[in-house]
Amino acid sequence: MSLINYSSREINCKIVYYGPGLGGKTSNIQYVYEKLAPETKGKLVTLATEMDRTLFFDFLPLELGEVKGFKTRFHLYTVPGQVYYNASRKLILRGVDGIVFVADSSEARFDANIEALYNLHENLKEYDLNLEQIPFVIQWNKRDMPDAIPVAELNEELNPEGFENFEAVAVNGVGVFDTLKCVAKLVLRQLQTT
Amino acid sequence: MVRAEWAIFDEDFWAINNVLDDLLKSSKAGNVMLIDRTGQLVSHCGPDVDFDLTSFASLCAADFEANYQLAKLIGEKDFSTLYHQGAKDSMFLGKIHKGVILVVLFDKTTTLGLVRLRVKRAVDELNRIIETLYEKLQYRNEEYDALDETFTREVEAEIDNLFAD
Repeated sequence: MSLINYSSREINCKIVYYGPGLGGKTSNIQYVYEKLAPETKGKLVTLATEMDRTLFFDFLPLELGEVKGFKTRFHLYTVPGQVYYNASRKLILRGVDGIVFVADSSEARFDANIEALYNLHENLKEYDLNLEQIPFVIQWNKRDMPDAIPVAELNEELNPEGFENFEAVAVNGVGVFDTLKCVAKLVLRQLQTT
Repeated sequence: MVRAEWAIFDEDFWAINNVLDDLLKSSKAGNVMLIDRTGQLVSHCGPDVDFDLTSFASLCAADFEANYQLAKLIGEKDFSTLYHQGAKDSMFLGKIHKGVILVVLFDKTTTLGLVRLRVKRAVDELNRIIETLYEKLQYRNEEYDALDETFTREVEAEIDNLFAD
């Protein structure tokens, strides 16, 4: 839920990284955190289990430089991917302004992608939302896996609507910023009315 | 022009701050904050804190949301207030209209009873302000000239500039 504070001259937007368990959502946020200059980023908050699996969410606030006296902030969240954490996933979606779906390219995780996409549709429905209304970007992660499905095939099966999509190897940072740039601009465009 | 789902205008910001300031003094609390349902800090009253306010706000919203889901599971509509007791510092959270959350941080210089009492009054006042603000949004999302197409393009350039490998 975007918020413009005309008094403190701030614009705040919420971006959520969604996708199957172990798909690389946290890796995306961690890479962004490692690469950005300290004045741009806030504290990285991770609510994880002892095994480093996301339990509730990861959170990273980013702040762009001032434009026309206004500061623009993006709050990045990840959701836990494991099936049984759906209650947590659902509540992180509240007030979302843009979604990145981090898909696992490997053959072995193809079904997990379908399940996570279906789950995203279902959870959005609870907030009376659908993917046509929200800026949505797909990231085909783990392109370095030996059993990675060709992107054309992934698009055909999982992205018939033709949403913007990017290839990535998030642990090495490949495609991470391209994805973030795209969703951030889409969110911004959504705010802009003609 | 840029439109947000909700916006805070100058006059509302000061009205909110006045309520928070009154609450801070009358409850003898350490800090008072207003946070929106997505975890964005709207306003903070009190001395500077030595923790990260942005993370704090995001965790408070998640805390409230998790408890809301817990309430629904056990058949309650919601939990309108939450209390977290610490050895030195404690937190009291209250629900405002439209999912906005009021957070009061206090130590042993005051009591839970007094905080609860003062929060009740502040919640009523904040509800009125937030309701009026939402009514206002129906017809006015602030025609700020600054937030035009040029603004969007400049922010896009800033995005390209910052989010680069």
